[in-house]
Amino acid sequence: MAKNDLQGALDLLILKTLSQLGSMHGYGVAMHIRQVSGDLLIVEDGSLYPALHRMEQNSWVRVTWAVTEYGRKAKYYALTAAGKKQLAEREKNWQDVAKGVQAILRFA
Amino acid sequence: MAMFRRVAALFRRSHMDREIESELREHMQMRIDDDVAQGMSRKEAERAARLEFGNPTAMRERVSAEDTTLGLDSIVRDVRYALRGFAKSPGFVLVAIATLALGIGANTAVFELLDAVRLRSLPVARPDELAELRIVGGPSFGLTERYYANFTVPMWQEIQRHHDPFAGVFAWQSDGLTLGKNREGRHVSSLEVSGDFFNVLGITPWQGRLIGPQDEASCKAWKAVVSYNFWQSDMGGAPITPETTLAVEGETVRVLGVTPPGFFGMIVGDRFDIAYPMCPGPNPRRDMFMYSVMGRLKPGWDLARASGYLASLSHGLFESTAPTGYSAKQTEHYKSFRLEAVPAGSGISALRERYDASLRLLLAITGLVLLIACANLANLMLARASVRQREIAIRMALGASRGRLVRQMLIESGLLAGIGAGLGVAVAQPLARLLVLSLNTSQYVIQLNVQPDWRVLLFAAGVAALTCVIFGTAPALRSAGADPIAAIRAGERGVVGNRERFSLQRLMVVTQIAVSMVLLVGALLFVRSYRNLVTLNTGVRETGMSIGYFGFERMKIAPENQAAFKRQLIEEIRNAPGVENAAGTTHILMLGGSWTHGVHTDTAEGSSKFTYVSPTFFKTSGIPLLTGRSFTDMDTNNTPYVLIVNQTFIKKFLGRGPAIGVNVRVIPEPDYPARTYEIVGTIPDTKYDDDLRHETPPMAFVPLAQLPPAAERSWVAVMIATSDTAAATNVVRQRIAAKYPEMSMQFEDFQQDLRDNLVGDRMMAMLSGFFGVLAAILVIVGLYGVLSYLLAQRRNEIGIRIALGARRGQVIGLVMRDTAKMLALGVAIGALLAILAGRGASAMLFGLKAWDPLTLGFAVLLLTAVAVGASLLPASRAARLDPAKALRTE
Repeated sequence: MAKNDLQGALDLLILKTLSQLGSMHGYGVAMHIRQVSGDLLIVEDGSLYPALHRMEQNSWVRVTWAVTEYGRKAKYYALTAAGKKQLAEREKNWQDVAKGVQAILRFA
Repeated sequence: MAMFRRVAALFRRSHMDREIESELREHMQMRIDDDVAQGMSRKEAERAARLEFGNPTAMRERVSAEDTTLGLDSIVRDVRYALRGFAKSPGFVLVAIATLALGIGANTAVFELLDAVRLRSLPVARPDELAELRIVGGPSFGLTERYYANFTVPMWQEIQRHHDPFAGVFAWQSDGLTLGKNREGRHVSSLEVSGDFFNVLGITPWQGRLIGPQDEASCKAWKAVVSYNFWQSDMGGAPITPETTLAVEGETVRVLGVTPPGFFGMIVGDRFDIAYPMCPGPNPRRDMFMYSVMGRLKPGWDLARASGYLASLSHGLFESTAPTGYSAKQTEHYKSFRLEAVPAGSGISALRERYDASLRLLLAITGLVLLIACANLANLMLARASVRQREIAIRMALGASRGRLVRQMLIESGLLAGIGAGLGVAVAQPLARLLVLSLNTSQYVIQLNVQPDWRVLLFAAGVAALTCVIFGTAPALRSAGADPIAAIRAGERGVVGNRERFSLQRLMVVTQIAVSMVLLVGALLFVRSYRNLVTLNTGVRETGMSIGYFGFERMKIAPENQAAFKRQLIEEIRNAPGVENAAGTTHILMLGGSWTHGVHTDTAEGSSKFTYVSPTFFKTSGIPLLTGRSFTDMDTNNTPYVLIVNQTFIKKFLGRGPAIGVNVRVIPEPDYPARTYEIVGTIPDTKYDDDLRHETPPMAFVPLAQLPPAAERSWVAVMIATSDTAAATNVVRQRIAAKYPEMSMQFEDFQQDLRDNLVGDRMMAMLSGFFGVLAAILVIVGLYGVLSYLLAQRRNEIGIRIALGARRGQVIGLVMRDTAKMLALGVAIGALLAILAGRGASAMLFGLKAWDPLTLGFAVLLLTAVAVGASLLPASRAARLDPAKALRTE
């Protein structure tokens, strides 16, 4: 699921994570997704950073550099208003897709 | 806003790069920290993180690739990288850019000329609305397909009364005038225009006012409008006042105003000096077909609809304007004519008609030369790419994608093509002017505004893009397709190089040979054709021949005395010192004029050229009399009408029967009543037309003194045979001017005039020859380069061969066999293409066929010499190879 080719899904996961955590660095986002999904969804580093960068370009996230709890300097991402709007849209969209896929699977 | 940020980001590139890098580094560190916290050893954790994370450089590239601005930035980087690469190999860059600049320049120059004579619109308001009226149903009555001025004044007046499709119509003709109170000044070109000419064209005066409808009505006083150029050169640009006048044709003419600088008239390639109003008079002639009629379409009318309207108008128009004096059959023909409308927005041009095909062919030739140049460049790029193979392999190993590498290479060739095109457009300007100069003759100077407009720039850009694709793509794809591991490991080693790469370069050499074969054959054909034309025996004396045109209108000689005056004038010219002989005529052979009468004999009918000549004509022109007698002074309008005819006339009208004594009846025409002539002599065929390619028509000669009285005009052309044309012309001019001060005279050198007629052929011969030689040189360079490169690749192989006992001759043979194979293939393909291409050009050739075996053979010989010459140096270098050295460098 957390593959490149389902970019929309990856964006949704990242946006949702950021909305839940408030502000987080890339590594934290990846770990959160992995833990919450019970190791079912693993975001590859190779996909995560291009996605975050793209969101920054589109002004969906705001960026600050801050020190982590372990004393490392990291780039923290937080949702902007545009990002929240984007999340809402994608959540709705995802539910539609999921419903559709379910319907197909249940068809006997 | 986003765009602004992106552009701003261009300047922050290094900052962003650093930011991305530190973010990724921190990410790895956090992962390592976590793993260590879970009990991994630090070393193990670092390894795991690196494996998971992948190539950090590639990763960074991928992150920055998300940024669209960075795409732009990376192009700037590629350009900078390419420029740095160019700086490292200036020789390559110089050769590449010079080749491209010349190739693109030559193409652009020819295109510029085509653009100027063919594509550009007239400098008038809304040129696309202009339509020209044409008569369909000719040629007859002096109407020809070739010339545009075919309307008589009555026809024009009829059209003026019925011009529903047009907002306005106008008539004009181009003419020449002589300046000065005694016509001693220079000859200028003029336009005779109807009153609405400038209104309909939408020309606004630069000074004073232009000719209007009111000027047509008051014809008594001469009025004129001058062009801006004439105003500047001959009138000093002085302000136009009601008192401004000019002396033209011995009359004083009031100058009304000046046309704006860009307006050159209606004829592309010509420039008018003076325009004066049309003056039809009360009873205009119905048989003088000399005006061009044009109109501006009303909104809502297109050419098809206008033609439909004109077709419906035609019957009545030709019915009411039919000239009298023709035979019933010819009058019927006249009445069956029809009018149509054709586009006129790009004006009218004899240049276009004469040189269109030549220019197109030239464009094809220069295109082929550019193709050869491109093949050379592609080979250069290939050689360069294989030298850079290691660099490319390392970049690939570091994670550069193939697309990125191809883009880098295309940017390099694009830069070369771009710079080449820029210089090419600059080079094209003097080249185009030179081209125009080469078409000028002693009589006629082409006035053509060759300037790069948007079409020319677009053309140059298109050519540059095409060349870039041709010479850049193959090397780029090839080097990006290389296997990095193999490239790094093998480097330039290996006993025998990669076979496949060689074959691509060979293919290009074969293509070059084939294309240059086509160009060489073309060049040889045109050069030989021109030679045939120049050395052609026309049957008329050409050297030591002056032609004088004598006009005596102002001497007011009564029509019945004109024949006698002409005889006296010719006699005086004959008696001038230095003059061998002289003869009067109504028409000089091979200089473009033509006079035709319908004739019939007892057995056949048709038409023949008619020339009225004085008795000394045949002696003066060097035309021998085959049978019968020449004309004498006794042949006048009071004695039986006599005729001398050429062989074609006899063949066409008399068959095998005897010619002398046969009666020939001439069909009547206005001023030329029906007459019966008796053939008294025969002459061999000579050329008649100014286009020497044309067959000799039936020709008949009549004594000048038997010119029908109504057809007498107060001028005569005199052929003056002499050993020194310049000196004799001077003597004659002085003598006649002293005796008849009111006589107007103009002299030409016959041979010069004939050469002038061949100027188009001369241009084709010169340029195709030049480009043929250029192609051969390019082939030498290309073949030499490729062979040197291939041999450098095969150094080891050849070293081993020599070490194993191969003799020098065998090594040279090895190289030569290679050349021979490419040559044979290229020549075979080229010969085939040349024969196919030659079909298109055969109409331009004279005295030989497009598949002339001698020409083909000579071209093959030339190319063989070129190929052998180009391969000898690399071959002998290979043969002198020191095997120990060659193998040690490994």
